[in-house]
Order: sequence, then C-alpha cells, then structure tokens
Amino acid sequence: MPRYLVGRLAGMAGVLLLVCLFTYAVFFLLSPDPAVQVCGKSCTPERIDQIRMNLGLDRPFWTQFLSFLGGLVSGRTYGEGANAVECAAPCLGYSFQSSQSVTDMIWQRLPVSATVAVGAAVLWLLVGVVSGLIGAVKNGTWVDRVMTGLTLGGLSIPNYVLALVLQFVLVVQLQWLPFPQAVPFGEDPGRWFLNFVMPWIVLAVGYAAAYTRLTRANVIDTLQENFLRTARAKGLAPHLVWRRHALRPALTPVVTVFGMDFAGLLGGALITETVFGLNGVGKMAADSIAKNDQPVIMGVTLLAAFFVVIGNVVVDVVYTVIDPRVRVAA
Amino acid sequence: MTSTNRHPTQAGFLEVRDLTVSFPTATGRVDVVSHLDLDLEPGGALGIVGESGSGKSLTSLAIMGLLPDKATRSGTVRLDGEDLTAMPESRLRRVRGDRVAMIFQDPLSSLNPYYTVGAQIEEAYRSHRRGVTRRQAHRVAVEAMERVHIKDAAHRIDHYPHQFSGGMRQRVMIAMALTTEPELLIADEPTTALDVTVQAQILALLQEIRRDTGTALVLITHDLAVVSEITDHIVVMRAGECVERGPVESIFSDPKHPYTQALLDAVPRIDDEIGALRSLTTTGGRP
Amino acid sequence: MTIAPTELEVELSADSGPGGPTQPVGPPPAASRPRLLRALSRDVGAVLSATYIGLIVLMAVFAPLIVMVSGWTPYEFDQTAIDPNLGGVPIGPWGGISSTHWFGVEPGSGRDIFARIVYGVRVSMTIALAATALTTALGVTFGLLSGYFSGKVDHAISRVMDFLMAFPALIFMIAVLSALPAGNRGSLLVVVISVFGWPYLARIVRGQTMSLSRREFVEAARASGASGLGLVFREILPNLRSTIIVMVTLAVPGYIGTEAGLSFLGVGVVPPEPSWGQMIASSVSWYSVVPTYFAIPGLFLFLLVLSFTVLGDRLRTVIDSGEAR
Repeated sequence: MPRYLVGRLAGMAGVLLLVCLFTYAVFFLLSPDPAVQVCGKSCTPERIDQIRMNLGLDRPFWTQFLSFLGGLVSGRTYGEGANAVECAAPCLGYSFQSSQSVTDMIWQRLPVSATVAVGAAVLWLLVGVVSGLIGAVKNGTWVDRVMTGLTLGGLSIPNYVLALVLQFVLVVQLQWLPFPQAVPFGEDPGRWFLNFVMPWIVLAVGYAAAYTRLTRANVIDTLQENFLRTARAKGLAPHLVWRRHALRPALTPVVTVFGMDFAGLLGGALITETVFGLNGVGKMAADSIAKNDQPVIMGVTLLAAFFVVIGNVVVDVVYTVIDPRVRVAA
Repeated sequence: MTSTNRHPTQAGFLEVRDLTVSFPTATGRVDVVSHLDLDLEPGGALGIVGESGSGKSLTSLAIMGLLPDKATRSGTVRLDGEDLTAMPESRLRRVRGDRVAMIFQDPLSSLNPYYTVGAQIEEAYRSHRRGVTRRQAHRVAVEAMERVHIKDAAHRIDHYPHQFSGGMRQRVMIAMALTTEPELLIADEPTTALDVTVQAQILALLQEIRRDTGTALVLITHDLAVVSEITDHIVVMRAGECVERGPVESIFSDPKHPYTQALLDAVPRIDDEIGALRSLTTTGGRP
Repeated sequence: MTIAPTELEVELSADSGPGGPTQPVGPPPAASRPRLLRALSRDVGAVLSATYIGLIVLMAVFAPLIVMVSGWTPYEFDQTAIDPNLGGVPIGPWGGISSTHWFGVEPGSGRDIFARIVYGVRVSMTIALAATALTTALGVTFGLLSGYFSGKVDHAISRVMDFLMAFPALIFMIAVLSALPAGNRGSLLVVVISVFGWPYLARIVRGQTMSLSRREFVEAARASGASGLGLVFREILPNLRSTIIVMVTLAVPGYIGTEAGLSFLGVGVVPPEPSWGQMIASSVSWYSVVPTYFAIPGLFLFLLVLSFTVLGDRLRTVIDSGEAR
C-alpha cells in the first residue's frame, strides 16, 4: 500500500474520531436527560437517579464518551440485571423509546434510502452530463440559452415544493402514478419503479442542474486547451478528438463532485424521504426529531458524517487513478 | 501589398496565394492576415518573422485549416499542386499530421496531461497508418523518441508530459510530428517558451531532422536570430502583411524595409552590442 | 438541496479536486460600479429579478401597512371562511380566494394567506440576510488570514474548515436546533447556518488571497514596509470585491432555501409566527384538497430564490467578461 494512502487513512480516522467527539459533546450538552425519557411518565426523582446510575449517566463526560467509543468497536450493554439491553457492535446508541439499537434501526431502513439515493444519482448524472455536453456543443445558441434558464430554475426550486407539485399533478390530477410507497423490488418490479420515480426526480433535479452547469463549463474550457489544437493538427477524427482529448479532462472534476455529493446523500435525502413518506434513514431522523429521540438523531448524524469523510477519501484515491498528475505527485 | 513581393518563378511544393484571414469585431471585419503569398520548394526552409500579433501564427493555422470558427479565410493553399482550401474536411484530415505536421509554442499545454507521451505519439501514427498493430506503433514511437535524442526512450515512453522538462516536452512534440515522416513541418515559435541553452538544442535538432529526412520546414518566430540559423528564405510580416521577403543573406546584409531593419537591430550580435538596446518602436506606425 | 452552498462553491473554486493541483483563481478586476449597473440593466432576466426582489423587500418592510389595507393580520382566525362540516376546507373555489382574502385562507384555521405571505417573508429575508452577513464576515476574515499567513495559521484554519465541511450540515443543523430550546429560534438559525456555511466562502477567498499575495503590487507594498494585517485588508481585500459580491448574491438564495427547509422540517421558525417554509410544511396534509395552499407560498419562495440566483449568475457573467476584456 502506498505511503500516501496510509497517511490518508490515518487522517480519516482522526477526523472521524473528532466528528464523534464533537457530535457526542453537542448532544451531551444539549439533549434532555435520557434518564427522564427512559423512566417515562409518573416518575420519582429517586427512580431517575437510579436509572441514571444504572446507565452510567452520572459518570463524567470522558468516561461516557469512551464507553460510547467502546460500544462502536465491540458493542456494549446498557443497564444491569434484568433490565439490561444488549447493543451489538457497531453500537451507535440505543433508543429507549423504540427499544431497539440505533444500528438495527438504521440497518432496517437503509435499503429504502439506498434505493432513493442510487436511483437519483444515476438519474442526475445521466441528465446532468448529457445536457451539459449539449449545452457546450450548442454554446451560444437558443438551445443553450433555454437550457441555462432551465438549470437556473432547477437550482432554485426547493425540493419539497417540487415534490408537492409533482404529487398534485401526476398523482392527484392525472393519476399517472401511485402515491409513493416503498415496495420491495422482488415483490413487483413495475410498481417498485413507479413508486420511486417521483422521489428520484425530486432528489435529482437540483443536482442535475448543477451538473449540467459544471459539465458545460468544463467542456467549454477544455475545448480552448492547446492540446485540443494538437489533437486536431494530428489529423484525428472528430469523434476521437472529443472522446479522448475533450471529454476525459472535462469530466474528471465531475467525478470528484459526484463522489462528494453521493456521500452526502444520507443527509440530503431527508426532505425527499419525509415528503414522500418513504421509510428510509432520513425519514427516521426526521421522525426522531419530532419524538425527541436523541440517540437516533445522533446515530444518524454520525453515520452521515462517516459517509462524507469516507467519501472524501474515496474521491482522493479515485483521483490518483484518473489524474496522472496527482498519481505521480502522490 | 507592398512592392517587395517577389515570387520565386518555379512552381513550389507549398504555394500560398493571396491568403487573407479576417475576424469579426464590433467595428466590422478586421484582416489579421491580408493577401499573403508564400512559396517553398521541396525540402526547403522558410522563416516567417514578425512581432506577436503580426498574424504569423494564424497563417500557420490557416495553412492547416485549423482556424477558429469565427475566422474566415480566402485565397489558396497548394501543397504539391493540391488546393488544401478546396479539400473536404475528411481528406484534409488525412493531410494533417501525415503529410504536414505541426509543432507549437508551449509544449506543456500542447500535450494532453491525461495520457502518456507514448500514447500521444502512437495516436498520431496509428490514425494515419491503418492496420498498424499496437506493437508496431509502439516501436515507431520509441524510434521517434530516440531520433529526437530522448534518453532511455523505451522507459520514458510511459511517462506523462508533466514528468518531462520544457525542452524534453518539445522533443516529444517533434517526435510526434516525425512518426509519419511528413513532407512539411510547420514549427510555430518552437523555442520561445524555452531556456536559451535549450533553444539552441531544439534548433540544432530541427536542423538535423531537416538534413536527415529532407522534410520541408516553415519556421515561425519573432526572433530573426533563430531563422537565420536554419532557414534559407525569410518572409517578414507586420500587421498581417508581408513587408519584405528574400534569401536570408540578402535580408541580413541589405534589409530594404525599415521594419526589417528594426527587427535586425534587435538581434544581439557580438559586433554590435548597442544594436541590442535599440527599441523596435522607433519605426513608429501601427503596433 | 439548498443547504450547503456546494454548487456555487464548486463553480467558483478552480480547485481541480482534493489533492489535485490547485490553480489559484486570478481575481476578477474590480469592475467599476456604473459599468456593472449599465450591463445589468440591459439584461432582461437581471432586471426582472431585481424588480421582484425589490418588491419583496418593500413588502417585508411595509408589512404592517399592507396588512392594514388587505384587512387581515396573519394571526386572526376567520371561522366564516372555512367549512367546519368538511373538516375546515376553505369556502369557495381556489382555496377561498375572494375580495376579503386575496390569496384565500388556511384550511383548518381560516387565517389569511396573503397576510401570512407578507409577514412570512420578513422572517425568511431577515434570517437569510443575517446569515449571509455573518457567513461573509467569517469566511472573508478566515479566508484572508489563511491565504496570507501560510504555515501554522493556514494549517489550523484549513483543518477547522475540513472538519466543518465533513459534517452533514443539514442533519446536524436539524439535530442541534431540535435539541436547543425553542426560544429565539431566529438567531439560533443564523448562528447554526453560518457556522457550517463559512468554510465554503473561506476556501475560495483563501485561494485567491494566495495567488494575490504573490502579485507584484502586494510584493511592492511589502517591500515598502507594509506588513501583516494592514496589508491584508488594505491591499488584498479590495481586489476580492467582485468575488465577494458574487458569492454573497449566490449565498442569499441558498440561505433562504435553508431557512425554508428547516422551517419545513419543523425545526425553524416557531408557530404562530409565519414563514414560507413552515406554510408549505403545513400544506402537505392538504395538498390534494387545497392546492393553492402550497402553490402560493411555493411560487413566492421559488421566484425569490430564482431571482437571487439569476441575479448572481448574471453578475458573475458581467464581472467575468470584464476580466476577459
């Protein structure tokens, strides 16, 4: 393994640890007393104190943080005796409200979130890159101007507004689509697809608009490059000039941005999942906010941060493969 | 056109007649090259000299048919009797990089940073030699790199442009041009971006290639000293027009046009150190 | 999503990727103000956008007067405008639009939508502008410091920026806001948005500062004895003016969207105080019956965000073309 990669991984571990610490500290300071929540209504102060001791909530911050980290690595047990609950590794916390470990809760809802995220990502990448290319080729014509207008609109429309408009038009008025429900693919692929169409579109529109602009700008810049003149002077056929010499340099930055955006989707899909009532991780986070179920919110926050940090490293590594200048420098 | 336009009488290998290139501007079309004639016999070497903005680089692009979309071109460019300006793009493409090859000023930005130099050299060769295997193209590329004196070519062929020095990159560009054994090489300011010592090496290399392969050369530069070393004829351009032309010796010994004189004065010579200090602007007129 | 201004950050930064060779962006020369205005006034899109923004600002400023004319405050319940037998659906077509209720009424409560739109923009604009101001102050200051004093200062600031950008801003904002007490949500929103927003601006300012501080005029100032902070703010800051103008114009719509999004999710502005995002949120359960309830605030919000985006986009085009000339 190259030394560069080792350094990056060490840095990633450091950032992840800091993210854990920061998130834990914020929730430690801000959140309402979990013991009160565990105890429920009709609770005496003595009972609360007992629960607090039982869960280790009376111990100092650092001790609690370390047991949290311990839980992440090797699992932990909350409480003692008959009331003890097991939380297997990697333990992101335990929701006493739903009597389930946060890891399990996330794990159950991840397929829906992944479906929304992957579908939307495919859609926006295709639409964004293709329309960006068209914009670059037709630079300055009315096609380009119309597309620029559309991308500005796409960037500006809040996705929950778009969600409501689509639902009203496609579901209520035209009745082309069913109201979205997470149907497993194996059960009925056709319905599965129809149900996810709207969430995909809603989540993808903003990104597609951004990618169109990015692609268009990059391609136009690349077409000005001297090495394109060289390629033409060599007598290469136009499709080779485009494919080998224009597209690769122009699309490389898109890969970087895509990696980062995709990694950030766990947070980004929150509104989409909520609006369509799709039971994914994002909706779970939103619901937990309403119920004030802090361990779940913290667990999702941490997981989302993990994705972003790991996404960062993956993009860096991919970059060393696709851009020779970085490869050699590293 | 000026009275100094004298054409060589015999039919040339490259014959440019009445070449005009113009660009649209806010105030109407502006000719950046106007009514230019050029002649070059097979294996000959022609220098086009002028300051930046005199239209000499656009002349080279106009010959290759590589002008930007906005530019319009009129006049004829004949290569071995064939008019390149009348050729359909698909046929012209077979001329470019095969019979006529080009070298540019800035070798770093003229090479694609994403591909190895080998891939870029082979690409030039393979696009003009159908049915050539990868291995053959690789061998040709290595040979071309050896011919431009890149040491350890078999190993360096897998390196990327940014791993080469400026002079070495220009050698790569030349190697790329040489694979197809072109009849004409157009070098647009090939040494301007390089250090003085490297400049001399590249010029020597161009000399050597001319001698060994017999390829004709059009050398475009702002530096009269550069042309004097390797070309036999000179065309002096200013503001898109030819102001003086002739054999190197006669231009150097007896420049007719004051602009040529000024250019000559700017050439540092051991016997005339003061000349180097004189400014080009003394001739006045258009910049 | 409109939470972190990643899109604009991507477009404005010329960094070709993490670890990639950074080509510092040359600063656009400070375009003279009259020329800028003249160029913009010839652009239909820019003029329309500026007009809409102007109208909205006037609406926010004169909200109490406007509401006096329209006749309803945003907090009054008009039981006569809704049908209790149908679960509170507004009486009349188009969500109860009439001469008394210009944009109709809220289903269920009968509150006047026009009044809530007029008052709602006050919250959105105040929060967006305050967050933009704070973000810009933080971003420019840290960007300048980081770019000018390389070494330890740069290292420390860059680490903090990397760290903040690693956070899933939306989820974290929601989490923090949900945990905090509901009182004075406005200021909390501003602080939380700015804390997660400034690195995106700072990164661009940093890049430009780095390339500027190697320019001759800065070298000259340094050679003539100027040093440190004075030099940063006197010599470098003025040259970043165009960049900052564009960044600010593009940040405002981002933050309007963020505020609306957070209010939509129920962690923003606290009811009964109206905000557009919150109005859209409460319309979700009614969208099939009373489409005007989401369409009106949705349209206002979309047009406001669009106007700022178009204006910022055109501004950048004008400034960039000034650079090319």
